[in-house]
Amino acid sequence: MQQFPCPWCGLRAENEFRYVGDAGVPRPARAASDAEWAHYLYFRTNSKGAARELWIHSTGCGRWFELDRDTATHDVAATRPMVP
Amino acid sequence: MAGKMPNNARGERQAKTPYSAWTLLRQGLSAQAGWSKAWEDRDPAPHYDVVVIGGGGHGLATAYYLARAHGISRVAVLEKGWIGGGNTGRNTTIIRSNYFYPASAALYDFSVSLYEGLARELNYNIMFSQRGMLEVAHDEADLEVMARAANAMRINGVDIDLLSRDEVLDMVPLLDARPEIRWPVAGALIQRRAGVARHDAVAWGYARAADALGVDIIQNCEVTGFDITSRRLAAVETTRGRITADRFGMAVAGHSSVLASMAGFRLPLQSYALQAMVSEPLKPCLHQVVSSSVNGAYVSQSDKGELVMGGNLDRCPSYAQRGSFPVTQSVIASLVEMFPSFASLKLMRQWAGIVDASPDNSPIIGPSPVAGLFLNCGWGTGGFKAIPAGGTLLAHLLATGKHHPLSEPFDLARFTTGRLVDEAHAGVAH
Repeated sequence: MQQFPCPWCGLRAENEFRYVGDAGVPRPARAASDAEWAHYLYFRTNSKGAARELWIHSTGCGRWFELDRDTATHDVAATRPMVP
Repeated sequence: MAGKMPNNARGERQAKTPYSAWTLLRQGLSAQAGWSKAWEDRDPAPHYDVVVIGGGGHGLATAYYLARAHGISRVAVLEKGWIGGGNTGRNTTIIRSNYFYPASAALYDFSVSLYEGLARELNYNIMFSQRGMLEVAHDEADLEVMARAANAMRINGVDIDLLSRDEVLDMVPLLDARPEIRWPVAGALIQRRAGVARHDAVAWGYARAADALGVDIIQNCEVTGFDITSRRLAAVETTRGRITADRFGMAVAGHSSVLASMAGFRLPLQSYALQAMVSEPLKPCLHQVVSSSVNGAYVSQSDKGELVMGGNLDRCPSYAQRGSFPVTQSVIASLVEMFPSFASLKLMRQWAGIVDASPDNSPIIGPSPVAGLFLNCGWGTGGFKAIPAGGTLLAHLLATGKHHPLSEPFDLARFTTGRLVDEAHAGVAH
């Protein structure tokens, strides 16, 4: 089983965590067009390789954080508290 | 043998040796010397009417229907590895159409109907065995949700029945019948026309039939770039040179976003590993496909005797073709809970394929944001069952430039208009 680093709890088993989605996707202004909302809600870079992701340490401390992870190798490069 | 094989005057190739009991007997008497090759490994020509990217089931079926239904045979299928070596050769081969929304039921039921006649149409035994698929309910609430789903599916014209607890236990005697277990059997939803087929045979059958109609199947040919001039796709750069075409289709399953990003657009997709595993072979013990969405696992027995098992997607996006341990563990734990006698079996193999999951668990079929490039993607965990339909619909788009009525609801535009085909939240298993 892979271990993921929680910024608060350190290395813990992967099944304590839940993947949320892409990190750093800004919410559009309320007046944004349908296309802008569609891109915010649904369209993803889904990159093969380096990705910046949002996770929750769901059965641990319950906090949200960011993980820099390679989707092709599953290697984790960095972890940090969620940037609001 | 490299190089182009000659075509006859009508552009069709020499007929293949038909597969029948008679030719089998005759070849047996003549040292098996007279079989024609199922398909040739071709070199790319510089130009085609249509280039299909992806030599899995959907890509090969697209090429076949382009030639068969639309008379377009200057077609190439570009495959980065070997045909059927991606998800077509990695799935658990289940074919069914038990879907909640009319648009999905129409699409998948059309596919099941095509599968029913496919072995004859392709002259290739795809071993489609309509043994029925059960989705097990574990309590009264489960049964109520299933009754609702069954009603919707019946209105959609799909053959669905609700089974009582006793009917399920008669049909699948190995299920744990004790009422005191955590998830006892309460009943089931059954689609009797559902079943399994030989996945490789589907790819090989379409390849052989497409090749006979003049399609070039080009393996070890990876698309590395798109040449887009004035917002229209003019050519693809590949590891075997530049290829131009009037129209392009892509059916590349888990790598749709990678190709889309090369072409300068994004898709509403996220790639995940979906794993499968098989036990050691057994004598026949399980006739139907049995699934439990509460337990997150399903199982069928292959003709070789192995139990073929699978479950949900892995827990985070991945392009690594391997499954993560927590999902393997939960699939096996669930199945052993449902079928206690399976606990003594050995696991033989475990693997994964990369699937592209869409937000509403429905595929994306239609034009892409780049003119001349058409999409067949987003099948998520269930692309195999849709191969004949996906091929028919992408071929229709490539030949006519317009949607077939069945693919209209699955256009990329639905994510902007909000008209999702939301099977993800329909309360039925996928």
